[in-house]
Amino acid sequence: MPVISYIEAVTQALREEMQRDERVFVLGEDVGVRGGVFRATAGLIEEFGPERVLDTPLTESAIAGVSIGASVYGMRPVAEMQFADFIMPAVNQIVSEAAKMRYRSNNSWHCPLVIRAPYGGGVHGALYHSQSVEKIFTGVPGLKIVTPSTPHDVKGLLISAIRDEDPVLFFEHKRCYRLIKGEVPEEEYTVPIGKAEVKREGTDVTVISYGLTLHFALKAAEELEKEGISVHVLDLRTLIPLDKEAVLEAVAKTGKVLIIHEDNLTGGFGGEVSAIISEQAFFELDAPVRRLAGPDVPAMPYSPPLEKEFMLNPEKVTNAIRELAEF
Amino acid sequence: MANERHDELGLSDEQVLDMYRYMLLARKIDERMWLLNRAGKIPFVISCQGQEAIQVGAAFALDRDKDWLCPYYRDLGMVLVFGQSSKDQMLSAFAKAEDPNSGGRQMPGHYGDRRFRIVSGSSPVTTQLLHAVGVALAAKMEKKDHVALTTFGEGSSNQGDFHEGLNFAGVHNLPVIFMCENNKYAISVPVEKQLAGGSVAARAQGYGMPGVQVDGNDPLNVFEAVKAAADQARRGEGPTLIEASSYRLVPHSSDDDDRTYRRAEEVEEARKKDPLVQFKAYLMDAGVMDEEKESALNKEIAQEVDEATEYAEKAPYPDPEQTHTHVYAE
Ligand SMILES: Cc1ncc(C[n+]2csc(CCOP(=O)(O)OP(=O)(O)O)c2C)c(N)n1
Ligand SMILES: [Mg+2]
Repeated sequence: MPVISYIEAVTQALREEMQRDERVFVLGEDVGVRGGVFRATAGLIEEFGPERVLDTPLTESAIAGVSIGASVYGMRPVAEMQFADFIMPAVNQIVSEAAKMRYRSNNSWHCPLVIRAPYGGGVHGALYHSQSVEKIFTGVPGLKIVTPSTPHDVKGLLISAIRDEDPVLFFEHKRCYRLIKGEVPEEEYTVPIGKAEVKREGTDVTVISYGLTLHFALKAAEELEKEGISVHVLDLRTLIPLDKEAVLEAVAKTGKVLIIHEDNLTGGFGGEVSAIISEQAFFELDAPVRRLAGPDVPAMPYSPPLEKEFMLNPEKVTNAIRELAEF
Repeated sequence: MANERHDELGLSDEQVLDMYRYMLLARKIDERMWLLNRAGKIPFVISCQGQEAIQVGAAFALDRDKDWLCPYYRDLGMVLVFGQSSKDQMLSAFAKAEDPNSGGRQMPGHYGDRRFRIVSGSSPVTTQLLHAVGVALAAKMEKKDHVALTTFGEGSSNQGDFHEGLNFAGVHNLPVIFMCENNKYAISVPVEKQLAGGSVAARAQGYGMPGVQVDGNDPLNVFEAVKAAADQARRGEGPTLIEASSYRLVPHSSDDDDRTYRRAEEVEEARKKDPLVQFKAYLMDAGVMDEEKESALNKEIAQEVDEATEYAEKAPYPDPEQTHTHVYAE
């Protein structure tokens, strides 16, 4: 199998879906000639032309709202928010419109659209190019929220998102774009939305994570194996709909659970996962559910020591797992 | 007779009579809803009264078999012309299961009907403009010649989505018509406190499209402007912004008391220009309608509204289980 980067997986999925289905088109700021500021749409305008690779004005609400209109009509827009941080002007369209279109019209209308957004820190992006914004949307039924961690899952899930009949927010961790490489099948495949995956089997501590921190967990697990601690790692891959079964199964494997995400601790998705575990798997637990997450500060600061303090890393994760193993 | 204004616009006597019928029907349904509200039978009304000429004139200028609407909450006249029935309105007012807009989920006035290409709308104002731009973008991509028409109030023309929508449509030269129904108030706030430049139409200049001001109390005037805008859009020559001036003849909604912010004399003055009164006079002058025809029409409509009300009142509510359906594709 060829090895490609996380961002190449995005581009491949877009290209193949645009080849497969005329209704699929991409739109956003600088996605055309420039191929996106991260180059996720590189080469698409040459292959599909400016009508299907649309450089929009600098207007996030319009990018979302126009996508909604085109999707209710029957097109398959894939909108790019240049950075997840700049999704804020589009929140009204996403929350009041896309999320509610099917429900409010009693199933007469729906929005099969995808909004892609690079999120997350560790790239010297400071406050407004580093945020994790998933918790703003996880409490909004009607949206699907996808947060892949590997090139394989990026490609398979993005294809599923484009084919999905409901609005999907597709969050790509920008630190993973070039850092994470992996094998991707040559033939067509999809990864289903709503299915978590065990990325490593273990018996002492269960880690539940997604995105960049999933890789920290895998690194930590390698380290801890040398100490005789066996770590079970579940990649949620999709936050909404959540694969509760997989969560409960993963809890039962070890009885000790650490939930990790870069999004802030308070209100972060870990709270929801933790609540589900305490409601439905209380008697499987041998220790309190722990969370390791971004601190409750407004956003990630610029200066390197500050950024480092905010970010998680394999070391912080290793320590948290070890502590739990010793409980 | 061949020189009447409607002849010149290519409208037959029958068509203008039909226009009047829709305007009257919208008014009568609206009036009935207020009665039902005051009688405690329906919780909420939001009105079209005073804006029927805009809504009906515009809808007549479109192709009801292929054009798309992204209307706002006052567009009763428009959705009737596009195909919704009196019964549909009453089912929505009573929030019954059969309400075609939403199965009783939304407040009245939140139109949406796939049968007639009326895209479902919400309560936050002005969001629908962008949906119309999206529909128009799709039309252009698919090389179809339908147009999308979207409406909104003058207060709502201050939202970011108005400016984002017009600019997007202007840049991409899309077949969309933005029509502002300027009824002089946004709840209690008068137009002078809404529009720094004094005009919605004038804003078109910044977005590279014609801005047209029309008398919204005259359906023929509106028809003419919307027809020209639709023709232009179909020719691939891009969007138009239309500002149709009228007056909101009743309080903002059934929960509002307009005596707290405007004088009764002002409303009385506006009633002299009531589009229904004026259009009736026009049709009488033109010899298209007489008192006899008008009273027959009134009778027929009263009966239609009675029947619709009775039907909707008796119709079943949605099953409580419906609360949980249609969040995602099933
Ligand atoms: C974003 C948003 N803010 C506030 C409201 C509450 N609201 C509903 S209608 C309205 C006034 C709208 O005035 P205008 O745009 O002139 O339309 P009109 O009702 O006069 O037809 C307001 C403030 C809302 N629905 N949406
Ligand atoms: Mg107004």
